[in-house]
Amino acid sequence: MTDIWVAAVVVLVALIVLTMVRLIAGPTVPDRVVALDAINTLTVAAMILLAVIYEQIIFVDVAIVYALLSFVGTLFIAKYIGGELGQ
Amino acid sequence: MIADTIILVCIAIGLVFNTLGVIGILRFPDVYTRLHAETKTTTFGTIFLSLAVIVYAISRLLSDGDAQFLTLSVHTFVALIALAFTNATGAHAIARAAHRSGQVPSPAVIDRYSEGDA
Amino acid sequence: MIPFIVTALAAFAIYLILTAGSGTVGLWSPFELGAGAVVSLLTAAISRNYFCGSRDYRMANPLRWLYCAVYIFVPFFLEMARANLDVAYRVITGRIRPGIVRVSPDLATDFGVLLLANSITLTPGTLTVGIDEATNDLYVHMIHIGLGKEKKEIFESGDLFTFFPLADWIRRIAE
Repeated sequence: MTDIWVAAVVVLVALIVLTMVRLIAGPTVPDRVVALDAINTLTVAAMILLAVIYEQIIFVDVAIVYALLSFVGTLFIAKYIGGELGQ
Repeated sequence: MIADTIILVCIAIGLVFNTLGVIGILRFPDVYTRLHAETKTTTFGTIFLSLAVIVYAISRLLSDGDAQFLTLSVHTFVALIALAFTNATGAHAIARAAHRSGQVPSPAVIDRYSEGDA
Repeated sequence: MIPFIVTALAAFAIYLILTAGSGTVGLWSPFELGAGAVVSLLTAAISRNYFCGSRDYRMANPLRWLYCAVYIFVPFFLEMARANLDVAYRVITGRIRPGIVRVSPDLATDFGVLLLANSITLTPGTLTVGIDEATNDLYVHMIHIGLGKEKKEIFESGDLFTFFPLADWIRRIAE
């Protein structure tokens, strides 16, 4: 049964690497933010699955905090791109 | 076992949708269409992966009676809600910022946002 | 005083959800209950003006939250599943016809507009780009506009969804 979870995490990591192509290629800054946001979502999913593999609930707590903090990060990058910081 | 089958189906659906989302990010032509692929499809895929974890936790709770699996399912559910809500709001913020920074939707039949005074 | 109490109770409820299953008093240990009380009082002291900024307490009614849960699990989830199949189809075939339209949902409260904007973002090929704050009109990016539909000046919210009138559900939740 553990094999299924491990396989799922491996697929997720492969998807994260694929998304990094868009993160590096761009071409504009908002494109990179979209790719970063997708990577954050996939990382949260991978953390939740890792909690099952290692049987450590603390992984899910870290995933919750990671989701909320990455949201704050996305909001501030968005504000910066839109030119709304420091006014 | 029934629970194993449900878990397997949920994981399969989740991974398929996550893969489609990533392909969409790589394939679509401009930032707004990429946001469509990113928010909807990856959020939906992650919801199904979390559902698989919740089903697993509940089945272990019923067979073992260990309270830590109750905690696991509740925390996964909280993570799920936080993720869905923040992803939608974050996508809105990115779209607005992209529009303010002067990116027009490049293949577009109409753009009422630029026409208005907003 | 009322903002302080409302914020403290909400923070305490979230703390209780996160620590369920830790001990013997109900589902919680006495230590967790005490720590939760202290932390939620601190949170309330710091953030009461952000949490209750509009001094509008109609969302404190538990019935509205129950209705909100039903809304999320039945109509919203079905719409979201349909949206994902639609977007998956467009990812595979690449058949898109994008554009930004103006939608007039006719909602009065901030929470209602927030709920509708998030629902739109997560459902059929639509993505909220901006808000006209004077009229609460939403600017929505659609991934596929039907032929000839883009000539319409202002869209009704019912044009965006297939199965359920989500805007009417939200009006019942938030107003």
